[in-house]
Amino acid sequence: MAERTPLWAIFVLPTLLIVVAVVVAGLDAVLAAGARNGRSASLRETAVRASRPGREALRHLVQQPRRTRASDVPLTRIGTALLPVAATLAAVVLPLGFRSVSDLPEGIVWFNAMEALAWAAVWLAGWGPNSALSLIGGYRFLAQGLAYELPHMLAITTAALGAESLRVGEVVDAQAGLWFALWMPAAFGIYLLSAMAMAFWGPFDQPAGADLAGGAAAELSGVDRVLFLGGRWLLLVVAASFSVPLFLGGGHGPVLPGWAWTVLKTVVVLVFLIWIRRRIPTLRMDRYLELTWVVLTPLAILQALVVAVVVLNR
Amino acid sequence: MEVAVFWVLAVLAIVSGAMVFRFDSMARATFSLLTSLLCVGGLVVLLGLDYLGIVIVLMMTIEMAIMAVFMVMYMMNPAGLMPMTMMHNKKGAAVVCGLLFALLAAGILLAPWPGRRGRPPKDPTMDLGMSLMGPQMLTMMTLGMALFATIVATVLLATRRGRYDRLGDDLRARRPDDPVRGGVGR
Repeated sequence: MAERTPLWAIFVLPTLLIVVAVVVAGLDAVLAAGARNGRSASLRETAVRASRPGREALRHLVQQPRRTRASDVPLTRIGTALLPVAATLAAVVLPLGFRSVSDLPEGIVWFNAMEALAWAAVWLAGWGPNSALSLIGGYRFLAQGLAYELPHMLAITTAALGAESLRVGEVVDAQAGLWFALWMPAAFGIYLLSAMAMAFWGPFDQPAGADLAGGAAAELSGVDRVLFLGGRWLLLVVAASFSVPLFLGGGHGPVLPGWAWTVLKTVVVLVFLIWIRRRIPTLRMDRYLELTWVVLTPLAILQALVVAVVVLNR
Repeated sequence: MEVAVFWVLAVLAIVSGAMVFRFDSMARATFSLLTSLLCVGGLVVLLGLDYLGIVIVLMMTIEMAIMAVFMVMYMMNPAGLMPMTMMHNKKGAAVVCGLLFALLAAGILLAPWPGRRGRPPKDPTMDLGMSLMGPQMLTMMTLGMALFATIVATVLLATRRGRYDRLGDDLRARRPDDPVRGGVGR
């Protein structure tokens, strides 16, 4: 059972998320530079490469912001600010070890609701600037989001079903013996896929893809851009971290304390997601959408059925 | 604290609800309505029905986002990008709304509300589910699956291209003939 959390955790949570996001972005930048220019010769060069996302962000902050004609400024602002806010709010139910900022009785639904807010945020940010490319980026994300969301929801529900509770703490407790990833492999796989897709990351980065000049983020500049792209990293970190309490046993593990296990497992998942992006090129969405509707959604329903039967017989 | 939150959410819900009819942009109207609905979700949480409140937030966000796309897509003017108004049949609508408001307000004031007996349950979501569904949960689940199957079947029946178009008259074609390539097994 989750313990009570002190009040300062509310302030630590966003800081921690941002630090993790910056580190992960740095790792990604090192890998990207490595792929472009070969392996770095010295430690110094690696450090320079790793600091690139941070320097980029600072550059955008001091740069003169650009504004498109007849843009809907309030909606753009709301959209860009909503993305990191939604990611942080979703993280409220994330347990570090066995403690989360708030172990809501309906934590899993809460997480999903906040992800949906991020959805709306991307559409707003794409619509706001009154520009064709960003508009298409926003539309793409929403249209594809439907196909991601269904298997995603079913996978999350399966974990809740296995624990017979919507409370994240109880889902973690239910995995003291056996991780859910081991006896719900399909749900785990679908969760990882759709977690990437929800953060429009990796092979699913079409809504913000190069073919649309950056898609939903095409016209954003200055603080807006930092918030939006930073929010996307936060979303990726949060979605990846949530797979740990859902499927990988949360803080359960031998020898080490709970929080260390959580961190360790989260790092493994994040490194895997960063690595997979370098391995798989951006997917053509009509192919992936057919896969989600024809294969993944029925598979997720089957997995839920199996888990339901097991739970009923217990 | 709770009273303050109630008033903030209530006022915000009403103001953003009213703004739906003031904005001349499809996107703003949609998201103003979403704001209003999110506040209502917050109010439901405040009533102690956390699950219902969060589900309202989840469902309404997805619903309004999809609605924004469809509204903009199907507006009469190009892509709904021109200034528009949500007001049609102003006089009739005003009369209907006024009457409805009067009716509901009278209902609130005149209904013999019972006094509270006992304490609120520990798990209101569970109790709500039991009083709504009772032992009929399995019926509802089956019904849900039947509804879902109906939706899928309707879409299948409504598509112009059937399996004979895809796989030939004797359904023997090794590869389906689809206008759009790609996807599962192609």
